[in-house]
Amino acid sequence: MTIFLYVIGFSILVTMALALARALAGPTVFDRILAVNMFGTKAVLLVAVVAFISGRTDVLDIALLYSLLNFVGVAAALRLVERGSFYATERVHVKTKPGEKL
Amino acid sequence: MILDWLSAALIAAGALLSVIGGIGLHRMPDFYCRLHAVGITDTLCSFLILGGLSFQAGLSLASVKLFLIFVFLLFTSPTASYSLSHSAWKWGLNPKGVEDHAPSAKIKVRE
Amino acid sequence: MKHYISLASLLMIVWLLLSGHYNPLMIGFGVISVALTLWLSFRMNIIDAESHPIHLSGNLVKYWFALAYKIFQANVDVVLRIVGVRPIEPQLIRIPFPEQDDLSKVIYANSVTLTPGSASIEIYPDSVLVHTLSKEGAQALIEGDIANIFPVTSGVKKEETQ
Repeated sequence: MTIFLYVIGFSILVTMALALARALAGPTVFDRILAVNMFGTKAVLLVAVVAFISGRTDVLDIALLYSLLNFVGVAAALRLVERGSFYATERVHVKTKPGEKL
Repeated sequence: MILDWLSAALIAAGALLSVIGGIGLHRMPDFYCRLHAVGITDTLCSFLILGGLSFQAGLSLASVKLFLIFVFLLFTSPTASYSLSHSAWKWGLNPKGVEDHAPSAKIKVRE
Repeated sequence: MKHYISLASLLMIVWLLLSGHYNPLMIGFGVISVALTLWLSFRMNIIDAESHPIHLSGNLVKYWFALAYKIFQANVDVVLRIVGVRPIEPQLIRIPFPEQDDLSKVIYANSVTLTPGSASIEIYPDSVLVHTLSKEGAQALIEGDIANIFPVTSGVKKEETQ
């Protein structure tokens, strides 16, 4: 059964790699956030599978927390996108001159 | 014994669905279609994998935690997906290939 | 008042299930945190029939089972479309809400989003804009695929508020 769970974990890792490839290649910022959201969901499932591979079901608490954190992260990222621009990069653009170091 | 085989079948089907969703993320033509590919991995795939794992755990606190993870995913994933598509729509991203088909062309969508 | 009692018992059950320790100290901590949560939500005045819809419990469970079957069907459909057996023909349609109060609108739009193959994009006062992956899915939604199994909420809610 453990070997089987290793195979399952590997296929979830393949899905996470595909999601990361979309996050790197995505034409718009929404594609990237979508891919990161899917990456987080797969990470929750992977943590659950790892908890059953190692036989320590206390690890499931981490999966529970991660599923909530993932949602909050997506909402925060969208909040930044909806306001028009990322505050951090905007401030950096204003403050720096060409050739100046941060 | 039967429960073991059943849980193995459920988990294997879930893993297959997750890989198909990952492939769909690359095969779909635009952002709004990719949303549906992610929808697969959010609903049935996570349901099958968590259900299969809870068959292995039996009636214990572990399967209760798996059920709570499932409920959180069920309530947060449509909200995250709606806020994504809504902000993309507000930003002005138009779906591809929609104008060619009849029923959508008659409706005035942007107000 | 019964919303607060229901919320308190729900929170206490979740605490007992998640902690797993049943000595008096941990249960005491649980009682304190439940009381704190109830006091905060009483001060914020957010517990009412909309945020904690206990009058829907029976209907909602029936609805979830019907919706789970729809989700299963839609998953098979979208998998076939990804693999390439069926074509991908995106559609944009506007669908009227089956009921007009806020809670029903939220449940309906979230159900449409939860079903793969259709995602709600924008909400207007009387209808919702939906992006579907296929012509057949759009046709099924127009004919009332989800609206037919939708739970009756508004009638119960009127009794609740009087």
